[in-house]
Amino acid sequence: MNLTIDTKKTDSLLEITLNGEIDAYTAPKLRDTIFPLSEKNGIKMIIDLSGVSYMDSTGLGVFVGVFKNVKANGGHFQLNGLSGRLQRLFEITGLADIIDVNRQIEGEAK
Amino acid sequence: MDFREGMEHKYRELLENYIKDQSEQALYAGQKFSRKTIEHKISPEEIVSLHKSLLVEMHPELPKDVIDSFDLLLEVMMGYGLTYRENESLRSKQAELRSEMEIAANVQQTLLGTTIPEVDGLDIGAISVPARHMNGDYYHFVQDENNCISVAIADVIGKGIPAALCMSMIKYAMESIPENRLGPGSILENLNRIVEQNVDPSMFITMFYGLYNPETNILSYASAGHEPGFYYNAAEKSYAELKAKGLLLGIEKKTKYMNYEKQVSPGDMVILLSDGVTECRTDEGFIERETLVGYIDKYIHLSAQEIVNKVFKDLEKLQNFQLRDDFTLIILKRKV
Repeated sequence: MNLTIDTKKTDSLLEITLNGEIDAYTAPKLRDTIFPLSEKNGIKMIIDLSGVSYMDSTGLGVFVGVFKNVKANGGHFQLNGLSGRLQRLFEITGLADIIDVNRQIEGEAK
Repeated sequence: MDFREGMEHKYRELLENYIKDQSEQALYAGQKFSRKTIEHKISPEEIVSLHKSLLVEMHPELPKDVIDSFDLLLEVMMGYGLTYRENESLRSKQAELRSEMEIAANVQQTLLGTTIPEVDGLDIGAISVPARHMNGDYYHFVQDENNCISVAIADVIGKGIPAALCMSMIKYAMESIPENRLGPGSILENLNRIVEQNVDPSMFITMFYGLYNPETNILSYASAGHEPGFYYNAAEKSYAELKAKGLLLGIEKKTKYMNYEKQVSPGDMVILLSDGVTECRTDEGFIERETLVGYIDKYIHLSAQEIVNKVFKDLEKLQNFQLRDDFTLIILKRKV
């Protein structure tokens, strides 16, 4: 079980690509990496989740915390490449209504 | 200390025996001796020092170089001795923590304890099993003076001790809300305000809240981002998702929660669960919600408590008895 975090920064745009699993073991690393980045004023943070094979509610907690922080600092937060399962998780929790989430485009049956 | 006094004599005997005939037996006696010295917390450098002084005594003819070399060995061994003692003290601290955790888990069970109410016409079953020491899942039953039953099932996002502590707070908040005068939606709105104000900003709670009136057999309910349960329609022998929409507790202060209603007919079942139930993972992947329905259906002729117990046993077996997440399953069945 592992998670790799790649960040690419250009001006006020911050692209983060995640690969692997987000669970109770990897979530602290994710939080420690992306939380400080969300402190910056007016940042646009885009996180690509298409390489994430598993995520439990701990991962959800990290994203919500970061989302709130980005919003509080006048920035924009976006999640891309959600699998069907992840999309469902965001819908059930009502988070899809407040966070900008986008489904995986390639390789999806529907 | 008795052992230390006798130790010198014992070691001299061992050493003499071994030098005399170098037998396997004498070596084995040495192994046994070291078990005893470990037990009595004798450090490695103490043994080396003993060895040196005995050698000098027994063989005064030994070259000075050889005897001196033991001082170096002694110095080197000192580091090992220190590490060993550190390790020992960590081990005892760990045992202490473990027993404190066990006490905390027991306290939690007492704090969060709820009893399944007895209601004419309703058969209720519930099971909740933590993945680790403390449970981040929670369920709660309340029966009011009009015999209405309220049931809450919740999951704290975030695991272990912090989640469990947070749940205790929610329980007391819930008990201070005059629930029988409020609908489930308003109860969630109240709880949301409490969680939003009091809980760590990275901690959230999902909750399903239902209110069952045995007079009218109407279930009214609301959900704060909780994994949807199922509704079993006995007449059609079919299962449908118990849909309800709403945001997690603790995110936005002014969140509104909608009330939903369902007329419950004889034989119908309301099935509530935590996401540990559907996030169960097997070697082949996740358990689909349909699979879970299949397990419930297999035991549908049994009582509500027997169904939840048997479904848990089956899912546990499927995951090789290793729970990855806390597990909670509740069934309310209207008697025929």
